[in-house]
Amino acid sequence: MTSTLDDHADVRVHGLWKSFSGHEVLRGIDLEIDGGDVVVVFGRSGSGKSTLLRCINFLEEPTEGTIEVAGIRVEGGGHRTRRKREQIRQLRIRTGMVFQDFNLFPHLTALENVIEGLVTVLRRPRREAELAGRELLELVGLPEKAESFPIQLSGGQQQRIAIARALAMNPRVMLFDEPTSALDPELIGEVLGVMRRLAKELHMTMLVVTHEMGFAREVASRMVFMSDGQIIEEGPPAQVLGDPQRPETRRFLQAVL
Amino acid sequence: MTTSEGGGAHAAPPPPPVHQRSRREDLELFSSRVPFALKLVAVWVAILGSLVALFAAAGFDTAWMRDHAGFIARGVTWTIVIAACAIVLACILALLGALGRLSRNPVAVGLTSFYTSFFRGTPLIVQLFLIYLALPQIGIALGAPWDDVLTLDVLTAGIIALGLNYGAYMTEIFRAGIQSVGHGQSEAAEALGMTYSQKMRRVVIPQAVRVIIPPAGNEFIAMLKDTALVSFLGVSIERMEIFRRAQLAGRRDFRNLEALIVAALIYWGLTTIFQYFQLRLERRLSKGYVRGTAGVAVAGERRAPGTEKR
Repeated sequence: MTSTLDDHADVRVHGLWKSFSGHEVLRGIDLEIDGGDVVVVFGRSGSGKSTLLRCINFLEEPTEGTIEVAGIRVEGGGHRTRRKREQIRQLRIRTGMVFQDFNLFPHLTALENVIEGLVTVLRRPRREAELAGRELLELVGLPEKAESFPIQLSGGQQQRIAIARALAMNPRVMLFDEPTSALDPELIGEVLGVMRRLAKELHMTMLVVTHEMGFAREVASRMVFMSDGQIIEEGPPAQVLGDPQRPETRRFLQAVL
Repeated sequence: MTTSEGGGAHAAPPPPPVHQRSRREDLELFSSRVPFALKLVAVWVAILGSLVALFAAAGFDTAWMRDHAGFIARGVTWTIVIAACAIVLACILALLGALGRLSRNPVAVGLTSFYTSFFRGTPLIVQLFLIYLALPQIGIALGAPWDDVLTLDVLTAGIIALGLNYGAYMTEIFRAGIQSVGHGQSEAAEALGMTYSQKMRRVVIPQAVRVIIPPAGNEFIAMLKDTALVSFLGVSIERMEIFRRAQLAGRRDFRNLEALIVAALIYWGLTTIFQYFQLRLERRLSKGYVRGTAGVAVAGERRAPGTEKR
């Protein structure tokens, strides 16, 4: 890792602890993601992968620890003062989030979903936002669905719109929380295809929680294995997948591959 | 047809009794061929017929009714004005109340819980008189300019009292509507960097409206009827609503039965008309989505089969 070249890290997680009513879900996570890197987080359910992601944009308040995205540094824990809320908001603006169950706004069309952040949060003029929005729909391969409502789209299409919505904010990092887990098997490929494009063509910095090991092998610059709220193994996919060092990793990979 | 009791019951089952149609059975069979809707109409006609007969026996003066129906019906405008203004006030209060109840700010929670507790815990008629008669007393005690500000005319007092009272009840409707919007929607809005008010205005409330409108429509219909209570505050000569006019006309000529029947029929007609619109609105809303702040334009269509699992 390039921990000496601190300024190049887009995301820095330091000493992250999270407990839910006494139960420790994250136990001291340190993680840095450099610009353009794709980090795939994997592990058994309950290992804390999703919580890690959700702590990074403060959908969950870390019990302890520091999160830094694009130079915006927020301490976890303590009361959310007005100042802290604004810091969190600034951090979120620079962080794109893709949810497992899409969470598109059902009362808005695909295009309106994509430009909502631009218009409401970044206060871009609607015309300009729509142009950008249509380009993004093109990027995710759904230009003809601009006027469709989420309910009229398949799960795979909805997730691609959700990716476009997050991308519209021009974030420094994209967080993917099991983006294909709620999809029917035949729809997974189209979503992974878009994510592959983001990584390879746009060199987007990405943190992906997924069980899609084929995708990880092909796209990840680094893989992180989590167990019981800790990162217990990490490295390039060839190494982690080909020659796992820890028995937990080996057992998990045997089960999923 | 099995013998349920055990043992060696070899006896043949008794033969069924020879069937003979009774008159009662004939009637049942005839009745079964008459459509339900027709029977329903017959029952209504019977009820209305009996009432007319009863009123006729009581010396019902239909000519008087015809002459005064117009006078009473002119109150419809004020009835609707009072109800419409009060429902707007109630909706604003209910929205603020719901947001207050759902917030974690002790001042907001305290204010809204006090508000809903008081206005749901006391009779509407008492609230009407408090605002009409008791407020001026406070105003006088406070001196200028409050003596003027707090001395309200009948209509304003009525609108404020109805709005406050219904707003307290509708707080619960709005709260439930807001809570019906999934948590994922809030998270998606927050993840985009929206502030609380942006999230509410752009994401949560537009979706909650769809859930809120049908019960809010019911409240409006109920309020149409409760406007009659305003007439207890006294006379305001030109601006009399339906019930006030009915009382006035009925007492003057001692035609209370006729006057009150006319008033009742007008209220009944009004609520029926609004219920019809309410039903149509509900059907429309259940099909698609409410769009944005504009309110009710239906945009979604029925979804294609097997598209997704929301």
